[in-house]
Amino acid sequence: MPESRASGAAPRPAESLETPETLETPETLETPETLETPETLETPETLETEVLISGGGMVGLTLGIALAGAGVATVVVDAADPAALRSAAYDGRSSAIARGTQQALAALGIWPGMAAAAEPILEIRVSDGKVGAGASPFFLHYHHHELGPGQQGPLGYIVENLAIRRALAASAARAANLTLLAPARLSSADRGPGAVSAVLDDGRRIRAQLIVGAEGKASALREGAGIRVTRWDYRQVAIVCTVAHEAPHEGVAHEHFLPSGPFALLPMTPGPENAPGGGGHRSSLVWTERRALAPAMMALSDADFAAELERRFGHGLGRLRQAGGRWSYPLGLMLAEVCVGARLALVGDAAHVIHPIAGQGLNLGLRDVAALAETLVDARRLGLDLGAAEVLARYQGWRRVDGALLAVATDGLNRLFSNDLGPLRLIRDLGLAAVDRAPPLKRFFMRHAMGLVGDLPRLVRGEAL
Amino acid sequence: MVENAGNRNGNSHSASVDPDEVAKFAALAGEWWDPAGKFAPLHRLNPARLTFIRDRIAAHGGRDPLAERPLAGLRVLDIGCGGGLLCEPMARLGAAVTGIDAAENSVAVAAEHAAEAGLDIDYRHTTAEALAAETGAAETGAGFDLVLNMEVVEHVADVAVFLRASAALVAANGAMVLATLNRTPKSFALAIVGAEYLLRWLPRGTHDWRRFLRPSELVAHLRAAGLETRELTGVTYNPLTGAWRLAPRDLDVNYMVFAVKA
Repeated sequence: MPESRASGAAPRPAESLETPETLETPETLETPETLETPETLETPETLETEVLISGGGMVGLTLGIALAGAGVATVVVDAADPAALRSAAYDGRSSAIARGTQQALAALGIWPGMAAAAEPILEIRVSDGKVGAGASPFFLHYHHHELGPGQQGPLGYIVENLAIRRALAASAARAANLTLLAPARLSSADRGPGAVSAVLDDGRRIRAQLIVGAEGKASALREGAGIRVTRWDYRQVAIVCTVAHEAPHEGVAHEHFLPSGPFALLPMTPGPENAPGGGGHRSSLVWTERRALAPAMMALSDADFAAELERRFGHGLGRLRQAGGRWSYPLGLMLAEVCVGARLALVGDAAHVIHPIAGQGLNLGLRDVAALAETLVDARRLGLDLGAAEVLARYQGWRRVDGALLAVATDGLNRLFSNDLGPLRLIRDLGLAAVDRAPPLKRFFMRHAMGLVGDLPRLVRGEAL
Repeated sequence: MVENAGNRNGNSHSASVDPDEVAKFAALAGEWWDPAGKFAPLHRLNPARLTFIRDRIAAHGGRDPLAERPLAGLRVLDIGCGGGLLCEPMARLGAAVTGIDAAENSVAVAAEHAAEAGLDIDYRHTTAEALAAETGAAETGAGFDLVLNMEVVEHVADVAVFLRASAALVAANGAMVLATLNRTPKSFALAIVGAEYLLRWLPRGTHDWRRFLRPSELVAHLRAAGLETRELTGVTYNPLTGAWRLAPRDLDVNYMVFAVKA
């Protein structure tokens, strides 16, 4: 279940043809009114806080809400203009929210704000195919009824990013202990022995025990700390849009592996009438295509584009039609060598950008949030300095495996499936069929994709911090 | 970490102090807050010992250990405070903290670090005996709600004298938390051979195994000083995770004591 949020916290729709204004400020948020009062701007004194988060996107703001909710004084600085989101223009992308992530959002009180816009995933159908041909006869079929006793409920949810951001903005506005400064830009952050001293470009000063890099894949804090990264360019592009279809999706997420890359159609709520495809049957498309072919696909007329969709997906949902804009994002892998530095922690795309093939990017970022929030809250309850090396070492040790493992797993999946070699096709088809016939293995994979495997933070288990 | 012969007036001697021990720590004062320095093992040990201190003192006072500033209003004394590794967390948890150490440069490092962190801590270059005499705590019944004696008793010259002086600083119904090392073959293997010679966590000669106290000996000393032991716990190290944890049943090497003044 890929997520259509393909790139970092500030994706540049470099190859898009129809870029709506909102995509240029995709991480925008509704700012509480109080922050725009002139008083705040004129106050020359230093703002004292415990944690300073650079980046108020989905990951950074969730961290701010989690920390503030546990009593940690937190400041979030974001460069984007909050007014952009208030205009209610459409972001166009959706995210897969795994069960563990949903439990964390529920524990933080954020989930109710987006629940109405969340379509439950009841089944996932994974199949192998060729353009113009149907799905292979061997396919993997995950159904939520197979989770076993005591494990009922959907496998995950598909939620429009716009709905996620609105829910976050509403929670942030309610949160005591949370100060959102936007639009504002960090001009410097001096990570000294006793504290972090940051200066905004308008001259305001902030002092904190810890600074968190949540600015996305081009994290200035990561680069400033000299943390090395591993990068891999997939030479693939994700084409993203909302697809309206004739037949209901019945809560099924389709992951169809084509030689050029995975083609996923993810069930969405009908949504409001004025949304693209709104009020009808609609799904979120994430189509991974070879970079060389993508410009041609992006240039197609709506009718020709719909025909290409049907050639790839078949007619299982009736006629397909593009609704709203069409975007494309180059795909790459990026892994930071470490996710901590002196008085610095990295979360989300600042620490790792993975292939969207399994829909784990945002989930990975929100698991970072759950682990970092728990680490900091536990440390604070012992009176420890939140920027101390031994505190950050716990976060590093906790997150190292998850990020690297997912990067390797999604990279491997993409390589295994993004080709058209006969023997490999047979092997992977048999592999899918074998997993389909081995319930324990299948349950393990399902629970893994749901984000319910490993040393889980309290939030991911649905518990309070 | 140790008691010294001189207080800040330089005029007092104390029977419990071993000048050689003081010199060892004074030489390392610059490293207290270096996460890669000689005291890194102590930083890693901190979460486990802070958990014990916080939970025991909170339970003793009927407080919620997970509340905001759970130690608010408590007067805490840290004997042998070193660079302030325990004083700073205690202050953040809300306590009014006094830290004393026999090594003058440790106290200076501690005060400078607290200022950087914006914490108000009363650091003094003095000894438990001198402080007790100065405040007249024993006579007046005033004193501290919590006295910390962490990793100190294994360094002092006269345990009985030292603990009597420390106990005098505890207020009525106040408490003391101690941490030290047991005198067992296992502690010799781990704390001396392992930590000082093989892993080089600690400078060689940091500890003299013959000065380690068995829990029964420490409890007897405390009782003689007017403190009743309420709880004992071990602290064990997991070499795979690099983390220390409380192990109530394993007192073989590192252990802690919670004692109260009746």
